[in-house]
Amino acid sequence: MRKTTRSEDLVRGIWKENPVLVQMLGLCPALAVTNSVKNALAMSAATFFVICCSSVLVSSCKRFIPNEVRISAYILVIATFVTLADMLLQAYAPVQHKELGAFIALIVVNCMILGRQEAFSAKNTVFRSLLDAMGTGVGFTIALVMMGGFREILGTGSFLDHPLFGPHFEPWVIFVLPAGGFLTLGFILLAMGYIEQRRRDRADKTAEAEASS
Amino acid sequence: MSDQDINTNAGNDAATVDTAPQGPEHEGASTFRLVATLAVAGALAGLLIVLVNLHTRPIIEKYQAEQLQKAVYEVLPGVERYDTYYLVDGNLTVALPPNAKEKDYKRLYIGHGSDGKVRGVAISKGESGFQDVILLIFGFDPQTGRMSGMKVLDSKETPGLGDKIYKDKAFVQQFFDGPKLPLVGVKAGAGKGLPNEVDTITGATISSRAVIRIINDAMTEWKPVLDRGIPRGTAGSADEGAQP
Repeated sequence: MRKTTRSEDLVRGIWKENPVLVQMLGLCPALAVTNSVKNALAMSAATFFVICCSSVLVSSCKRFIPNEVRISAYILVIATFVTLADMLLQAYAPVQHKELGAFIALIVVNCMILGRQEAFSAKNTVFRSLLDAMGTGVGFTIALVMMGGFREILGTGSFLDHPLFGPHFEPWVIFVLPAGGFLTLGFILLAMGYIEQRRRDRADKTAEAEASS
Repeated sequence: MSDQDINTNAGNDAATVDTAPQGPEHEGASTFRLVATLAVAGALAGLLIVLVNLHTRPIIEKYQAEQLQKAVYEVLPGVERYDTYYLVDGNLTVALPPNAKEKDYKRLYIGHGSDGKVRGVAISKGESGFQDVILLIFGFDPQTGRMSGMKVLDSKETPGLGDKIYKDKAFVQQFFDGPKLPLVGVKAGAGKGLPNEVDTITGATISSRAVIRIINDAMTEWKPVLDRGIPRGTAGSADEGAQP
């Protein structure tokens, strides 16, 4: 295995190993709460908090957690942070809590967070785990905002609640409904696959040209 | 983190598909150790949650009480002050029996104008919506049977769809425009112009119908009580003081 640098730990999750679009993790919230950009941002922010706290705690306690019960221990850590986030938000930011209400409990079952604990925090230092968690959190945010933007623009005709098309726009309601989430994810993955293939074809051609010359 | 830390862990880096973490001292941990670890972790987690809850609960409750008070004035426009009436043994009263817990009793809020007359009644009720319980408060004039307002206090309805029951201003405004009770939900534009019609929301039919159902259920429940008349308010309140 190649040695990675700290900056790679941070950047990796943002695009190259994007949790939603490449690793296909955390699809449940990505499909469920992306019918508007605002919801996507709120969910991303809460998830960011939980993944950072969990990664720090798991990486600092990894010596005390026996292998056999590590998954249960990680889930316990994640669930605790989600509950704390829920209570603190309700006490100190009641307006945002009302906005987020239904999503907060969903964070516990986000396998992206559990995945990072198992794959990275459990065998790396606290600092690098935090970098990795931040990168993953940002990648998750990018994916969710992309989906939220696409769905809100087509399904409601607005972006961040600002109307875009004037009064005669007929909203494409299917895009804010659950089915629209699957369609959007499909389109985004299709576009990403297409871009990736073009890039690879071009790289192959350059290599051929170099070889023949 | 020191560079040494990084070097000791370098071998495992970026192994996103690797299996279990390699903790040499954990090989074949005893059952007791497994149980003990989880028990200690669980106890710590529980302790942490309890501590934070002890700290945040008073703040949350205070905020909710303030929100409720604000909501009562919101759904009863033009009301100077209000009294909380509890339903004790089928009768409305402002005073609870001694040693009784406030939350064990059903209640409603009766608003008075500056002249001390009853201007409106506000009732709070929660019932299941599409996802979870929708808790709302609404106000009406007991004489005319017309509504004066409605506010959703708590709901977990689908963001972007069901949450329109409090985000869609056109929907909410209908309840402030004095529809007659009991309400009837109609598809937007399909109404006959009757005074008790409320347009439901396209894409959130279940949630908006739930709002109408909750209000009608609350009316069925409270109407017999209200029909028996509203007893006098608290002693020393504004209307008492206005008496000769």
